[in-house]
Amino acid sequence: MIHSEDQGSPGWPATPIWRDDGGMEEQAGWPRYRRHGLLRWRGPRGRGPLRRRQSDRLAGGVAAGLAARLGFDVNVVRIAFVVATVFTGGTFAVGYVLAWLLVPADGADGNLAGRALTDGRGLAVAAGIGSLTFIAWVIVSVLHAGWLGDLAWPLGLCVAGIVLIWRNAPADEQAAMRQLAEPLLSVTGGGGRSRIMLRVLLAGALLIGGVALLLSGHHPAAFLRPLGGVALVIAAIVVAFGPWWLRIARDLVLERQARARAEERADMAARVHDSVLQTLALIQRGADDPQRVIQLARAQERELRSWLFDGRAPGSLDVMRLADGVRLIQQDVEAQHGIAVETVTVGDCELDDDLSALLAAAREATVNAAKWSGAEVVSLFAEVEAAAMSLFVRDRGKGFDPGAVPADRKGLAESIHARMTRRGGSATIRSVPGEGTEVSLTMPRTAGDRQPSGRHP
Amino acid sequence: MSTPGDRGGGGSPRVFLVDDHGLFRSGVRSELGGQVEVVGEADDVEPAIARIAESLPDVVLLDVHLPGGGGQAVVTAIKAAHPQVRFLALSASDAPEDVIAVIRAGARGYVTKTISGAELVDAVRRVAAGDAVFSPRLAGFVLDAFAAVPAASGAGPSFDPELDQLTPREREVLRLIARGYTYREIARELFISVKTVESHVSSVLRKLQLSTRHQLTRWAAERRLT
Repeated sequence: MIHSEDQGSPGWPATPIWRDDGGMEEQAGWPRYRRHGLLRWRGPRGRGPLRRRQSDRLAGGVAAGLAARLGFDVNVVRIAFVVATVFTGGTFAVGYVLAWLLVPADGADGNLAGRALTDGRGLAVAAGIGSLTFIAWVIVSVLHAGWLGDLAWPLGLCVAGIVLIWRNAPADEQAAMRQLAEPLLSVTGGGGRSRIMLRVLLAGALLIGGVALLLSGHHPAAFLRPLGGVALVIAAIVVAFGPWWLRIARDLVLERQARARAEERADMAARVHDSVLQTLALIQRGADDPQRVIQLARAQERELRSWLFDGRAPGSLDVMRLADGVRLIQQDVEAQHGIAVETVTVGDCELDDDLSALLAAAREATVNAAKWSGAEVVSLFAEVEAAAMSLFVRDRGKGFDPGAVPADRKGLAESIHARMTRRGGSATIRSVPGEGTEVSLTMPRTAGDRQPSGRHP
Repeated sequence: MSTPGDRGGGGSPRVFLVDDHGLFRSGVRSELGGQVEVVGEADDVEPAIARIAESLPDVVLLDVHLPGGGGQAVVTAIKAAHPQVRFLALSASDAPEDVIAVIRAGARGYVTKTISGAELVDAVRRVAAGDAVFSPRLAGFVLDAFAAVPAASGAGPSFDPELDQLTPREREVLRLIARGYTYREIARELFISVKTVESHVSSVLRKLQLSTRHQLTRWAAERRLT
């Protein structure tokens, strides 16, 4: 290949002309510029509709697209654009932005204008900029600063168009735009201390300049003119950079939110792994032992529920309140004895020593029921009243004769009775052989920081 | 087996299942066995409303949580047009305010999903016969709800103070239910008949559904916060 040196020359966007594939063009009548390599200003025309080229764009890829379509070098087109912009007093730039909006990117199925029309907020911002432009134009025409007035319209339209483009462009195009805007944003956008200093200096210079101009005025007309100039400069800065800056700030917030969400997800995944996944693994391993599986599933269900509904992290066992204590008894007894414990709690209060003793007695009673009753379910009912706190442990197991309990079985006597009476409470055990057992525990409440569950007639 | 005309009485009640988990529906179906007649099932609010109106079952077993809204949406929609259809809430959820909401919408009871097959059949029969079914957990919720704030301090206007609090007897019955007693055991404990126990429970249900007590809503709101 003669012009293989053209392929991928660094830093220079390759247009189809130079990336010739197979010398077709040579035969088709474009041999001259190839051989001499100096007159590379015109290549073959492309085919198909005009598309914005994403591969070698500077801004929107309009020039590149046009160059590819017409067969010119992209830089020739770019220079022509700049010249046209200068000569038309900025109006041509509006044309560029319009083309950016209306010409679809290559590979995309629609243009940006179509999407922009459905973007209510973008349209609102664009309309706002339009009206700002109008106000600027009115001020300028009042002040007879004609050249600024001429600039106001194209500037406003361009900014409005760019806002719409920015809001509706796909991510890669936005990235390209941000790159383009980087030098400007480094002055206005937030960031390091030096940038803030620069901004403050800039604002200070503007202010001093404005005040100086104001003070240098001698008569009313001369006094108004520079004021208008300063106002316009400030307005231009706000109008030009405001939306960009806002957008960047919003992107930052979104990014931070996304990061927070990702962290939350990771935390959730860790917790689910520690609890649910572990349990599922245990269940798979113990699939041939239904009792064990049920027990695991129940324990897991309860843990998951207390996490989802009560916000208690799995595995956290710090018991501060009565309801938590009851839940803990349920959890432990179910896990250790493979029996279902149904709990109902009415009211709740902070734990103190008396209530801890009550809970300890209740735990003993529940464990007893689990061990000896032969029942499948133990019911635990706790109620906090204004004057007392009661707890009932009931099973429908085989029951026993309380009078006939051997003396060596310390459970009932020591753990339950003695524990309760030491603290001023009482324990009653009712059991009928063949029908089941109920242990009733009552502890009077001393004054304290408790929430009474309510008035009981 | 029942004859088509024999509904709600001694025969097997016609039951409709609403639950978003297919696995759970088939589990309940097999647990209910031949003892009740399952006439249909649905997995969400919209299809449930349509199919219940079509099949007009005696009892609807209703999940408190459904993807398309709470179970109370189904109760409210059906109650208006077909007051004879009765609802029994069935849930794995612990959130009391959701349970109370379904009951207040018109369900005649609430049982947890851990209930055994025999107990469930019994509960369905009871609801079909027009009684209320309170699981220990629901009894606890109700005691909590009516005890949360003393009725006397209620600022909200109430046209029937009778509805705003439980009688001592009703409280006793609820407490025994919460302790895990069956209706029969409660009757024996309190030296009353099972029918009387049932009427106490129905009366509590009525109060729960009709009370305009401002505290009930406040209680629910507080539960939601903690």
